[in-house]
Amino acid sequence: MKPAPFKYVLASSLDHALALKAEHGDEARFLAGGQSLIPAMNFRLARPSVLIDINALTRLSGIDRPEAGQVRVGALTRYRALERDGEFLRSCPLFADALPHIAHPQVRNRGTIGGNLSHADPASELPALAIAMQARMRIRSAAGERTVAASDFFAGLLTTDLASDEMLVDITYPVLAPRSGACFMEIARRRGDFAIAGVAAVVTLDEERRCASVRLALCGVGETPVDAGAAALPMIGSRLTGDAVEAVAAGVRDLIAPSGNVHASPDYQRHVAGVLVQRAIRTAHQRISHAA
Amino acid sequence: MQPDHHEIELTVNGTRYRRTVESRLLLSDFLRHELGLAGTHVGCEHGVCGACTILLDGDPVRSCLMLAVQANGHALATVEGLAPASGELHPVQQAMHAHHGLQCGYCTPGILMTMTAYLNEHPSPSEDEVREALSGNLCRCTGYQNIVDAMMDAAARMREEAP
Amino acid sequence: MSTRFFGAPVKRNEDRKLLTGQALFIDDVELPDMLHVAFLRSQVAHARLKQIDVSRARQRPGVVAVYVAEDYGDYWQPGPLLVQPPPIPGSTFNPRTQVPLARDKVRYVGEPLAVVVAESRYLAEDALDDIDVELETLPAVVDIEQALTSSSVPVHDDLGSNVAAHVHQVKGDYRKAAANAQIILKRRFRYEHGISSPIETRGVVAHWNARGQQMTIWDTTQAPVFIRNGLAAMLGLGERQVRVIAPFVGGGFGPKIMMFYPEEVGLPWISMRLNRPVKWIEDRLEHFVATTHERGQIHDAEIALAADGRILGVKDVFLHDTGAYNTYGLTVPINSQCTLLGPYVIPAYDSTFTAVFTNLPIVTPYRGAGRQHGVFVIERLLDLAARELGIDRAEIRRRNLIPPDAFPYNNQIIFQDFAPLSYDSGNYEPVLAKALDAIGYQRFLKEEQPKFREEGRCVGIGVACYVEGTGIGPYEGAKVQVQANGKVNVATGIGTQGQGHFTSFAQIVADQLGVDPSDVDIVTGDTDQFYWGAGTFASRGAVVAGNAVSEASAAVRRKALKLAADAFECAEEDLVLADGKVSIAGIPGKFIRLGELAQRANPMRGAVRPGTEPGLESTQYFGPPSGATANGVHAAIVEIDPLTLELKVLKYVVVHDCGTVINPMILEGQIHGGVAQGIGNAFFEKLAFDDQGQLLNASLADYLLPTALDVPRMELDHTVTPSPLNPLGIKGAGEAGAIPVGAVFAQAIEDALQLTSRKVELLEIPLSPSRLFELTRQEDA
Ligand SMILES: Cc1cc2nc3c(=O)[nH]c(=O)nc-3n(C[C@H](O)[C@H](O)[C@H](O)COP(=O)(O)OP(=O)(O)OC[C@H]3O[C@@H](n4cnc5c(N)ncnc54)[C@H](O)[C@@H]3O)c2cc1C
Ligand code: FES
Ligand code: FES
Repeated sequence: MKPAPFKYVLASSLDHALALKAEHGDEARFLAGGQSLIPAMNFRLARPSVLIDINALTRLSGIDRPEAGQVRVGALTRYRALERDGEFLRSCPLFADALPHIAHPQVRNRGTIGGNLSHADPASELPALAIAMQARMRIRSAAGERTVAASDFFAGLLTTDLASDEMLVDITYPVLAPRSGACFMEIARRRGDFAIAGVAAVVTLDEERRCASVRLALCGVGETPVDAGAAALPMIGSRLTGDAVEAVAAGVRDLIAPSGNVHASPDYQRHVAGVLVQRAIRTAHQRISHAA
Repeated sequence: MQPDHHEIELTVNGTRYRRTVESRLLLSDFLRHELGLAGTHVGCEHGVCGACTILLDGDPVRSCLMLAVQANGHALATVEGLAPASGELHPVQQAMHAHHGLQCGYCTPGILMTMTAYLNEHPSPSEDEVREALSGNLCRCTGYQNIVDAMMDAAARMREEAP
Repeated sequence: MSTRFFGAPVKRNEDRKLLTGQALFIDDVELPDMLHVAFLRSQVAHARLKQIDVSRARQRPGVVAVYVAEDYGDYWQPGPLLVQPPPIPGSTFNPRTQVPLARDKVRYVGEPLAVVVAESRYLAEDALDDIDVELETLPAVVDIEQALTSSSVPVHDDLGSNVAAHVHQVKGDYRKAAANAQIILKRRFRYEHGISSPIETRGVVAHWNARGQQMTIWDTTQAPVFIRNGLAAMLGLGERQVRVIAPFVGGGFGPKIMMFYPEEVGLPWISMRLNRPVKWIEDRLEHFVATTHERGQIHDAEIALAADGRILGVKDVFLHDTGAYNTYGLTVPINSQCTLLGPYVIPAYDSTFTAVFTNLPIVTPYRGAGRQHGVFVIERLLDLAARELGIDRAEIRRRNLIPPDAFPYNNQIIFQDFAPLSYDSGNYEPVLAKALDAIGYQRFLKEEQPKFREEGRCVGIGVACYVEGTGIGPYEGAKVQVQANGKVNVATGIGTQGQGHFTSFAQIVADQLGVDPSDVDIVTGDTDQFYWGAGTFASRGAVVAGNAVSEASAAVRRKALKLAADAFECAEEDLVLADGKVSIAGIPGKFIRLGELAQRANPMRGAVRPGTEPGLESTQYFGPPSGATANGVHAAIVEIDPLTLELKVLKYVVVHDCGTVINPMILEGQIHGGVAQGIGNAFFEKLAFDDQGQLLNASLADYLLPTALDVPRMELDHTVTPSPLNPLGIKGAGEAGAIPVGAVFAQAIEDALQLTSRKVELLEIPLSPSRLFELTRQEDA
């Protein structure tokens, strides 16, 4: 299990990295945390001929607030930095729930948010969070820059909207709105494994404490993270009673088409997705009351 | 493809090394076979077992998931540097011995590196927290119980030693 | 002799090296000019090998050689049959052993086809891509039931069927027993065991020294002496020309005793051929297919009982997956067959099995070695019987236990060591009583469980018993030698993989010779240090080698006392052997150090008297007449999330009896590790093959070894019934922890989810939340 040969370049600037990528296209890969890419190279499942190491581009990492109500996270920000940023976790509480489920501390010390999202593993937590939070991704290439919504970013199994010359540079998340609660939950066989099913829920109440909006996204149950917002629509205006929540779970079970894997049958995945939807919505709801 | 070589300079356990490495050489192989620091073990080469855990600028990482060339300019620590020069063992090593926290000992270096970093940061963990911190290191021999006990004891020893 | 150390939790001698990263493991062996090896392995399970073209690979820069089966010439031979089948009348056994490189046919995914030797492992792997293989794919034989149908292709063409063995053993008259029974229960059970997956994979380094005509082989084997003898014969060398060293080995658990792996055969030959040292280290991907597995059996079993719950008889017919080759004979299915009888009086037993060839990796013993399968069947049958008869689960077990006055207890059938299955000693009821007490059995059922149920929590209890035949022959030896510096050197032929032999053997010596265990150096697994032996398997290291160490150190003790008595011109009875010296009782100033005695025993002048040997040393051998039988009870309380079916173990108790204990700390460690592997087997680890014989989860990300969060705290206790079969009274304990866990889990989960009332029975292992969902939902629907 040793990687095939490649040419390694330590990018000295963002422009340098983008120029190299424009030159080599699909033959080249960016090396961020390496926690997905290097295992794939060790198995020789990935054989890039050029590796563009972006770890020296310190300006790609860090958390800031471009404007009120928004948090921007640089693509090279490591999980570890997110985990330790109390203010970030308070404004984006889904991360506080989700990060501990990603692998183990040793992997979180290296893995980056940009690498995670670009890798687009449908069983990963963070793509689902991006969908649930309606994140916006800023993408750069030597030719220019564009921004896409998370809902347009994940194109398929391990595929994104990124063109062969593009890099994800940062992600902007809206902070949790007032009268809102959030919860992420997942089921995996062991701590740190990829999810068999995971649910991110954000519930917002109106002044009368009725449900004003629900954001719902799932991981592990399809080829991409699944936006299950539609299944939650019937809950809008409700008091989040047991029946209302159960109906959402039923809706989600109808919506998803998990394919199963060695750990779980599709039926089990569908079943627990529903269970998690109910639990996550209830917990998100409770968290509002607690905060209030 | 022509082999792609790079010159790197780094410190391991306080010693400076300068070497030329092929770009694809894994950091774990570099430490073990180029520097002769064979205490860092390799169990899977895909990031799961934790046997290869070392400290990169003080933080535990998988040395099988880094290239040697990426360590250029960094400070690394491996199991060989854990015990102070006096010949005494580090409190975490002492506790592992006292509690029979190792059998074949193959997973042990990775566990020592993971847990020394963890206990430095969390001096008074609960047993559940210790188990969580250990969960990225697989041990096939011990059933973990004695390792957990050793870590609780090591934490106490380290608290005592701390000024 | 004092017993200051024997029986005490002495800290381990080997720890320091391991804790400081100084212990030598196989991949730490670095030799000048060493080459590295990678194997091209079959990607398909069953195929005819049409052609293999390695010419491009040979041209790649950095590649030194590439070999296929033809290149081995006469050296290419199927491996020896390691374990002959026990002499059971009427049995069939069709031995087919593995080959060093596939020649005409490939029989499992992972079987090696070619070997590349290069300047680095990286380059060797590069060259694997350059090899062109032409195969004619055949249907893969994966399912053991289908394998026996007439439409199945044979794995071994010349056999015509896939029957590897067929064995029928009988005790008493089952038909009569059934005729007298109050009830007869019959079920189909499926039990799959997984892979041992030590954290260190396998490896071989071979170094041929042409000038000295010496071959040195470092090997992660559990049986270095056999490896030496076998390889010497294959290579046409004398045994004295071959030295096999099993260095520190990072866990074995069974598969590292398999021989001769293709890599073990290939590397020494390559080293001779190229006259350079060569190294092969198995990577984790290879490990999943290149190292042997244990895997599955299907049992159709029935039990006949009297109204009071007494077992009248058991009948069992089972299929055993032996993989592509059956090099290890019948050890695994015979263990299943024998261990099914458990600690119970079963007057009539009728058991038949068929071992089946499949296009899957080879099956050899892995910790438990088939015992799990048998224990699962009998324990589940008893659970079903208890329910049918309205008897408590623990009580039905108690009623059937072999009484203490019935030992030695002869079960009349033949065990894996060819001897009749006879239990040497035991006292089973106190073990069960202790376990029930420790888990709080009655309190749980009467008080706690009803409360949990009121709260809507699904919490259940499980209790299972087992016996384990351990410490089988043939023999082991040990050489104990006092050195001039007063340190004691001990050499034995077994290998060690973490069982603490460096310490437990030192304890035995320390008591005999009055030294500290830290002054005893143990060498295991180096054939130049000790010539004879069998290996570490079947929980036998401590029992067999331990007794040899004890005999040898007793002989040295006698020698030392005799020498000192001569020196002091006193009677031996007046001497005390302690603190590394022999002194005259009552006169502490009058002593002679052991080291000095050792020097005197090798005089520069004068003759060695007839009947004596120079040196303060002795070599002794020990071979038990038959295996010692350990026993125990596991009990657990588990909670299941009723919606997600995730499991949490709330309490786990082990009470066992493995005779006299040398080092309780090491023993507990063995039990802990065994239970952890048992939990992996019961609830996490499943080898998922598709119908083409491809392993779908060949990575540690998908083959789930339990982590520190998955293994609960365990409470251990033990009783001591010494074995009469060896002077120390010990029984083995290496496998005990792993054996009954599946049975405990199935029972406890059934209880937690009240599956009985839903007419769901858990008759298979491994389980998982998803599998539980399927099983329970079928009935709900
Ligand atoms: C044992 C183990 C367990 C794991 N468990 C989980 C888990 O439970 N959940 C989970 O989510 N993940 C898990 N992971 C994966 C981990 O989170 C990775 O860190 C992550 O998937 C990739 O991030 P990275 O920074 O390491 O990216 P890399 O591995 O460096 O790169 C991944 C891919 O993204 C590309 N890339 C990287 N950065 C950019 C960028 N800025 N723009 C464009 N392309 C880019 C790379 O070229 C590569 O193709 C696990 C990994 C391991 C080893
Ligand atoms: S070898 Fe690096 S995690 Fe297993
Ligand atoms: S002690 Fe053997 S793997 Fe941990």
